[in-house]
Amino acid sequence: MTTTLDSKIGTAQVKRGMAEMLKGGVIMDVVTPEQAKIAEDAGAVAVMALERVPADIRAQGGVARMSDPDLIGGIVDAVSIPVMAKARIGHFVEAQILQSLGVDYIDESEVLTPADYANHIDKFGFTVPFVCGATNLGEALRRLTEGAAMIRSKGEAGTGDVSNATTHMRAIRAEIRKLTSLPEDELYVAAKELQAPYELVREVASKGKLPVVLFTAGGIATPADAAMMMQLGAEGVFVGSGIFKSGDPARRAAAIVKATTFYDDPDVLAKTSRGLGEAMVGLTVDAIPEPHRLAERGW
Amino acid sequence: MTPNIGVLALQGDVREHVRALESCGARACPVRRPEELAAVDGLVLPGGESTAMNRLLEQFELGEPLRARLAEGMPAYGSCAGMILLAKEILDGRADQQPLGALDIVVRRNAFGRQVDSFETELAFSGIAEPLHAVFIRAPWVESRAEHVEVLASIPEGTGHGPAAGRIVAARQGSVFVTAFHPELTGDARVHNRFVELVREH
Repeated sequence: MTTTLDSKIGTAQVKRGMAEMLKGGVIMDVVTPEQAKIAEDAGAVAVMALERVPADIRAQGGVARMSDPDLIGGIVDAVSIPVMAKARIGHFVEAQILQSLGVDYIDESEVLTPADYANHIDKFGFTVPFVCGATNLGEALRRLTEGAAMIRSKGEAGTGDVSNATTHMRAIRAEIRKLTSLPEDELYVAAKELQAPYELVREVASKGKLPVVLFTAGGIATPADAAMMMQLGAEGVFVGSGIFKSGDPARRAAAIVKATTFYDDPDVLAKTSRGLGEAMVGLTVDAIPEPHRLAERGW
Repeated sequence: MTPNIGVLALQGDVREHVRALESCGARACPVRRPEELAAVDGLVLPGGESTAMNRLLEQFELGEPLRARLAEGMPAYGSCAGMILLAKEILDGRADQQPLGALDIVVRRNAFGRQVDSFETELAFSGIAEPLHAVFIRAPWVESRAEHVEVLASIPEGTGHGPAAGRIVAARQGSVFVTAFHPELTGDARVHNRFVELVREH
């Protein structure tokens, strides 16, 4: 629906602004409308609609693609909170389809099998905003250059092992801190080393943060995991397999939501961590041969 | 005197509101607990996801004390999700959403559509000389209001505005006011300034 004749849609302001509204919240992977409702009931700020959670993609193998539009449509109809969906890296037609379906955010995701090993999607060409994964600051800034409106640290999806999420969040924050301490005349070389545009590097150096919202993802399975990532500087949390691969998804989902809000209060965290049943079984990142690590996808 | 204004910090764009309030000379602090709420002279309810905030409000036993302070006349300002929370009735919300009822308005959630319909525009605002740049994100509108609710801004009437034509997007009742859009995102502090003045006068 269009509103006023002189209004503008799809601007950087409304794309980035949408992500600002998700801050301090939890975005949950769901594969059915029923799971989407459980997530909404638990206080999720958005759901990620997909066919298989990363743990199953990993277990079953094969090529992972955008979900069936019927499934995405069913989830869009089931909840009133924003719905995100994943497109393969570089697959701009999957992104066109997702935009046509009315999803609220597209995740150009390494969890799916890349469709282009050289180029990511030109995200400026879309009205719908994009979130992209990053393992370090240079990667994050390259995604912003292509038009991403939100960044998430990648972690290692489908593992329940939070160590890579920690590594990536620490790396991004450390590189930002380093930039803020550099004299202006060293920012040119810093941009070269980060393989990112000088203007963006300068902006990060002066503000001490990314110009967009930074979430975390990949391996978060407990309230304590979510709170740790928040304490490390994440502005919100994506939880993939961690909820619906656990013993009691509704309770765990609600507990992770509370832990994300009260991330700095150990008393609340202790209370919310009780009686959640089994966490997802998990897989240590070390046990995954390097070519099968999802975080290596994208560049 | 420097007013002490809280920003409800369960979820949402808290930092932007804190910054805007501080630029108007207020002291601003996040509010997540009843004792923090008790210490503030006024409260901003930020943009975010109203269903998530609603749930956390009740779970952390902040709902009742907040209703009590609003009933005593504590000044409050809600943007977008904050406007939904402060309303008397919510359309297209969740059945279990419990509005705070500080303003006699009925709001419709996501009234302007989904994220692809989110927009920015220039908007005339009652009592502010030049139009505001208004950012609407999955925004609600005021579907109806009681007579004593003052309208501060509306989408202009006219063809091409579709069902949004003439809809109320900012309103005030006593010391409580709401906007469907996000002045905290634009760096223009005129709306926050009005709220800080309101808290000062209170």
